[in-house]
Amino acid sequence: MAEAKNMLTRVPVREQDPKVRAANFEEVCLGYNEEEAVAESQRCLHCKNAKCVQGCPVNINIPEFVGAVKEKDFGKAYDIISESSSLPAVCGRVCPQETQCEGRCIRGIKGDAVSIGKLERFVADWAKEHGMKMKCTAKQTGRKVAVIGAGPSGLTCAGDLAKMGYDVTIFEALHKAGGVLVYGIPEFRLPKDKVVAKEVENVQCLGVKIETNVIIGRSVTIEELMTKEGFEAVFIGSGAGLPMFMNIPGEQAKGVFSANEYLTRNNLMKAYRDDYDTPIVHGKKVVVVGGGNVAMDAARTALRLGAQTHIVYRRSEAELPARAEEVHHAKEEGIQFDLLTNPVEILADENDNVRGIRCIRMELGEPDASGRRRPQPIEGSEFEIECDTVIMSLGTRPNPLISSTTYGLDVNKKLCIVATEEEGKTSLEGVYAGGDAVTGAATVILAMGAGKKAARGIDAYLRSKD
Amino acid sequence: MYKILEARNLAGPNYEMIVEAPRVAARCLPGQFIIVKLDEQAERIPLTITDYDREKGTIEIVYQPVGESTSKFTELKAGDSFMDFVGPLGRPSDLCESEDPEAIEALKKKKIVFVAGGVGAAPIYPQAKWLHEHGVECDVIIGARNKELVLLEDRMKEVANVYVTTDDGSYGRSGMVTKCLEDLIAEGHTYDHCVCIGPMIMMKFLCLTTKKYGIHTVVSMNPIMVDGTGMCGACRVTVGGEVKFACVDGPEFDGHEVDFDLAMKRQTMYKTQEGEAFLAWKEGSTHHGGCGECGGEK
Repeated sequence: MAEAKNMLTRVPVREQDPKVRAANFEEVCLGYNEEEAVAESQRCLHCKNAKCVQGCPVNINIPEFVGAVKEKDFGKAYDIISESSSLPAVCGRVCPQETQCEGRCIRGIKGDAVSIGKLERFVADWAKEHGMKMKCTAKQTGRKVAVIGAGPSGLTCAGDLAKMGYDVTIFEALHKAGGVLVYGIPEFRLPKDKVVAKEVENVQCLGVKIETNVIIGRSVTIEELMTKEGFEAVFIGSGAGLPMFMNIPGEQAKGVFSANEYLTRNNLMKAYRDDYDTPIVHGKKVVVVGGGNVAMDAARTALRLGAQTHIVYRRSEAELPARAEEVHHAKEEGIQFDLLTNPVEILADENDNVRGIRCIRMELGEPDASGRRRPQPIEGSEFEIECDTVIMSLGTRPNPLISSTTYGLDVNKKLCIVATEEEGKTSLEGVYAGGDAVTGAATVILAMGAGKKAARGIDAYLRSKD
Repeated sequence: MYKILEARNLAGPNYEMIVEAPRVAARCLPGQFIIVKLDEQAERIPLTITDYDREKGTIEIVYQPVGESTSKFTELKAGDSFMDFVGPLGRPSDLCESEDPEAIEALKKKKIVFVAGGVGAAPIYPQAKWLHEHGVECDVIIGARNKELVLLEDRMKEVANVYVTTDDGSYGRSGMVTKCLEDLIAEGHTYDHCVCIGPMIMMKFLCLTTKKYGIHTVVSMNPIMVDGTGMCGACRVTVGGEVKFACVDGPEFDGHEVDFDLAMKRQTMYKTQEGEAFLAWKEGSTHHGGCGECGGEK
């Protein structure tokens, strides 16, 4: 029987062998089975004043669901999670638990924190296998709410509003619902059919309608939704979709991509599969610039498409913004990290194809505004890395399509929509916003948290109109 | 699903379709485009809007098949459907953005010439039509390699003064569009605003010509695109030294500022893969690769 060797260490989770998985797109982490989950659940101390719950952006009642796992009542565990989260199978896989729930776990002071993420994933997968659906029992209010964007914040907000009895329609610009869960995060980290599509169906089960191929600001405006289509409130969860570039020489050469393009081709358009039409460049030597989760995703995708892959990041390992697990997995799979290194120029051949990238070594100086030590170039330390593909993963900013077509909607200087922290209220009456469209690029779970708060805000607003 | 109501072959390799897409038809303006995706496995393909009917909720698209995906479209018939059809994308043409009477009056004072190369006549037609409907006169030069390839001539004549020119002189005037424009100017026409849409190389040379005459020139770029909403950055073009995304900042840009040489290089990014896919589709099971040329053996 699987059990923790001692209560200080977590039950290890089974993963695909790094050598095998480096050549396939199957999920890396295989997750706990029943036995392993129950064993891990026994490590929970069921703290009265549970710090883990405070660390969770949607405040899942963690000790209670873990307790249900311990009793082998997995259905009950699912119901407890569902009260707070609409996307548990996703969050169990992509949340940065080490800085949230698990980061606060008392077990973590001496030994490993309880593997809350893996337990959440187990419960959500178990519920799917056993055909459990989220329940919607609220009385219909007959009021229509529009949600813009079928990503994490939109799906959460829509799900919560449906549970409160609202008639919710999500408008999605792409041809598939899921937002970053379908275009950004790769199959090997978050399976699309098995997990994402099921979570979307779950939200639809609550009565939420999803209209794809509608670009708010182009196909229809927020004002038209409210004046012509009868929506009494709108939630904007349009994400931070616009990729940033470095503006260094050579960036327009053939073979330079934004991580968004590379990942969208591979994940949304499934370019890695022969039976799909969208092309993707199979580089032999790929350099990914950046150190976040998206950079890890792009690098590990390139590796699986057959490339020798480097990550170039200007700070040191301690500052890598990616989840610890992603960095660990990337290293296991053979990705080389060139830390304290910054590109200065992309080199191209006579046909304008990428042939290399010129970088400069960096050192860390005084802390900057973000509290991290500022990287500074070391003079005369330039060197070249030979490569045929460069993927820029430098972050994203919000798409101005909505803010520029919605009169009276306030944005800040980074073009992020201004919305209140507590309930996502914007400068326009009845219009709420949350997720990356408000904060700039952040995490799935923070976007979900914002979607939840906005759902409460919208509910309070619509009630006040009675 | 978005139903195809009509599908037919126009001049030469050009095809036309009328598709039911009420949301797009309700809002689109000349200069904008759409993206279609045939089925689950298909690519997202950006195409030009040629005409629209707000009441019927339909969009007309005209295209020339270039690769596997657009070649498949030619087999579609009335009654078939696209799985996805999204738009309108991009910014409307500057000329057709405002119905304001003052703006229309200002347009009436302008001497406007459109220059269409090949399938470029398709995105020009709705602009000329819009201007005509608002009482603004304009000239249109339709250029094509030969008589067979002249596109939308009759419909264009209903809304504008049309000059047709063919490279081989088989129809209308003889020579390239650049020559036609210079001839018209020599004949006494004056222009202060030019909109040029066609193959990248033609737009490049036409812009060199108009620059000589000091005519403000707008071109419409059609680079490689994936999502069409600003998300991927594949469609970046360099305009006046700045990087712009054709899908959200364009597709129309100041032709005298566009770096055409760079844009033409970027256009070839997937050429080999497109060619391979096209051959595999066209030759079906008879395409075995192995020639060592096409890469089909991979």
